Amino acid sequence: MSRRHPFAFWSVFVAAIVLLIIAPLVLPEFWRRFVTEVLIWGLLAMSSDLLIGYTGMVSFGHSAFFGLGMYGAAAALLTTHPASLWAALLYGLIAAAGVAAFVAYFSTRLRDIYFAITTLIFSQIFYVIIFTSTAWTGGENGLNFDQPALAIPGLFSLEFTPKILHWFVLAVVAGSYLLLRRITQSPFGMVLQSIRENEARTRAIGYPVERYKIVSVMLSGLFAGLAGVLYAIQNQFAAPDFVFFVISGQTVIYNVIGGVGTLVGPIVGAGFFLLLSEAFSRLFTAKYLDPIGLHALAGMSYLVPLGLIFILMVIFMPQGLLGFARRWLNR
Amino acid sequence: MDIPLDQILVQTLNGIVTGMILALVASGLTLIFGIMEVVNFAHGELLMLGAYVGVVTLALTGDFWVALVSATVLIAIFGALMYVVTLRPLLGRDPLTTILATFGLSLVLQNYALWQFGAVSRKIPEPIVGHFNLFHLDYPWYRVAVALLSGAIIGGFWLFLKRGTWGIWIRATTQDRVMAQAMGIPVPWVLAGVFAIGSGMAAASGVLFGPFGGVDATMGLSWILRAFIVVVVGGMGSLAGSVLAAILISLLEAYASLWVSPSQAVIVSFVVLILTLLLRPTGLFVATPR
Amino acid sequence: MSAGMTMTEDGNALSPAREQPLLAVAGIHTYYGKSHILHGVSLEVGRGEVVGLLGRNGVGKSTTLKAIAGLVHPSAGEVVFEGRAIGRLASHKVARLGIGYVPEERRIFPLLTVLENLRTGLDRQGVAKAKRAELLDKVYAYFPILAERRNQRGGTLSGGEQQMLAIARAMTLEPKIVLLDEPTEGLMPRMVSQIAEIVGALRDEGVAVLLVEQNVPLTLQASRRIYFIEKGEVRHHAMAAELSVDDPVIHRYLGV
Repeated sequence: MSRRHPFAFWSVFVAAIVLLIIAPLVLPEFWRRFVTEVLIWGLLAMSSDLLIGYTGMVSFGHSAFFGLGMYGAAAALLTTHPASLWAALLYGLIAAAGVAAFVAYFSTRLRDIYFAITTLIFSQIFYVIIFTSTAWTGGENGLNFDQPALAIPGLFSLEFTPKILHWFVLAVVAGSYLLLRRITQSPFGMVLQSIRENEARTRAIGYPVERYKIVSVMLSGLFAGLAGVLYAIQNQFAAPDFVFFVISGQTVIYNVIGGVGTLVGPIVGAGFFLLLSEAFSRLFTAKYLDPIGLHALAGMSYLVPLGLIFILMVIFMPQGLLGFARRWLNR
Repeated sequence: MDIPLDQILVQTLNGIVTGMILALVASGLTLIFGIMEVVNFAHGELLMLGAYVGVVTLALTGDFWVALVSATVLIAIFGALMYVVTLRPLLGRDPLTTILATFGLSLVLQNYALWQFGAVSRKIPEPIVGHFNLFHLDYPWYRVAVALLSGAIIGGFWLFLKRGTWGIWIRATTQDRVMAQAMGIPVPWVLAGVFAIGSGMAAASGVLFGPFGGVDATMGLSWILRAFIVVVVGGMGSLAGSVLAAILISLLEAYASLWVSPSQAVIVSFVVLILTLLLRPTGLFVATPR
Repeated sequence: MSAGMTMTEDGNALSPAREQPLLAVAGIHTYYGKSHILHGVSLEVGRGEVVGLLGRNGVGKSTTLKAIAGLVHPSAGEVVFEGRAIGRLASHKVARLGIGYVPEERRIFPLLTVLENLRTGLDRQGVAKAKRAELLDKVYAYFPILAERRNQRGGTLSGGEQQMLAIARAMTLEPKIVLLDEPTEGLMPRMVSQIAEIVGALRDEGVAVLLVEQNVPLTLQASRRIYFIEKGEVRHHAMAAELSVDDPVIHRYLGV
């Protein structure tokens, strides 16, 4: 419907972008940073939606793509002088692509649950490698580096103030969304969805399913790596924790909460999850709990109620927050 | 580079001991997967909770063996309840949903334990102290006891499966759930029972492992990863496969740690996994690929 | 044909029923996803009666049996067994009430031995060990080949032997009715006549049989009454004795 009613889609899209552009101008720094991070995690979740929602391949390994993107950017920012944004993007994407190729190879030989578990284990493999290669990666402590400038050598150079950084991230994420949307609505995207619906039939019709899967994994990995690069630039820090499989798990959570197969759902899911995390962390302190006599709950991690909410959603609302809009967003 | 023979011997024993515990953990996981195609992400947390119940019971009674038994029974019941409440409603659906639900459960349980017991790890003292002499080396009795006990539990369970009515029910349900039910087998109870057994096994592993490392809220994570690798390498649903794969991987890791640090030795299991996926994806120890 | 016409023992269709039928299916509808499979199937089976269900492939014969066995739950209509509505019951409870199911693909447990396959039905609550041994002997008497192969894995048996095992397994439930779904499919003629004998033996024991088949001669010879299904509905009903193999009715519903 959004294709037949492009006006409706575009007006909502533009409205959202405008709100996000204004955000750093009106929000306090903490929340500005919050929105920027939601965008970055949203990009990561969106990249995994390409695999989960559109190709029907559940991956628990996106933390590997994200992490390698982050470390690739770190490598560039540590070795180029002055620290080059474009080098960071390049190195990060190449690193993520490398991991994606590795995963893609196996993706064609494993289905369903085996693929899910194997991607999980792969993200742990990369975690262990990064964690233990202290000489290269700083091991447990991670790497610290300078923020690059938003620069085109010879033309201009802008320092990444929080606002400019936010707008840069917004531009990248919005652009990625539009690009991914184009891809999922293209004939290529249609074949992916056909693979999700019925792989055997798609193969029987004559499509080289393996090739489509490989491309899907590569694309997904690249966008995830891009998110990693953005994260590195924002935080000037890379650590093995981001490669740990729990990050992959949280990514999948954002997907499910937001609604798989919608592209924008995962971003909303990330926002919802992170907002609730923030709310619960603040709530579960003596300040709020004592007055209502629930002092015993103080210090409980926000993940407990959030995890419970997530489980309830899986059982009762598996289509996610935006699941109802799935048709509208895709047709 | 010369590695002294007695070090190799010690590592062989260590590999077997860890392998037996890992086998116990993986058995529960593969059993659950085999009968209901559920990948139980929360299995590591069941191990962890079992260890904590062990700690608490030990503090109350002072008896390690009472702690072991009570942890096994309590977590078995807890596991069955967990299954009935959160997983049973999801059984007809896309297998992805059970992975997600159990992942959510693992997050909840981990953080609940963290909040309840704090971040400081607890200790479970060895119930059997003392070493015995093995070629100029002192090897702890407790480790041998753990290997034997784990083996006994797995062996006992294997016997239970092969004889006895419930064993037949479990095997029939695993092979053809619909026909098993059509034969009057109370499949919903069988499934809950298997989940209980798997949970109990995980809890027992947690308590047995307690004296080796500490007991803390995140101890489940490293076990679940290795257990998944074991299950894939051994063949999903294959009890014998899990046991053999667990011992193989643990032995290889133990030998590897003669050269590299333990956190790097774990890469060995990754290599075994990748080789398995490349050469025999249905499992190294599965007779014929299904 | 009107739904639920009751047959009396003397076969007089017009006499009022003297007793409740053992099994009565009334206007059941089933769906598979969005597909409407059964469009209101009705039939009856009396105690100890052999009733045939004939029709082409895909008309809903298997689905009807599955609905009775509880493998599929009708979204409308009712299945009444010994006066009790069982349409919503889980299949293990249906089995325990005394309904034995032998599916089209046999589906014996491949990795269990013959004996273990039988034990899935023998090892029931409320059946004493002595009784179980007795039942087992009885089953072995009917199927000596199974006695011979008792410790062999089910998956290693031949097609005919597996069919024997599937029927034997249902018999261990001491059922009041056995639902047989195309038992002669893929079997050699010699085995087909063995199946006919077994159906006769079941009837002699007082066990009712609802026989779904494509083999017309066997069905005509073994059954007392026949229902004809087409497109998910019972379209015709006749006494087997009144039909011959080349009856136009047969041609009509089986396209033979």
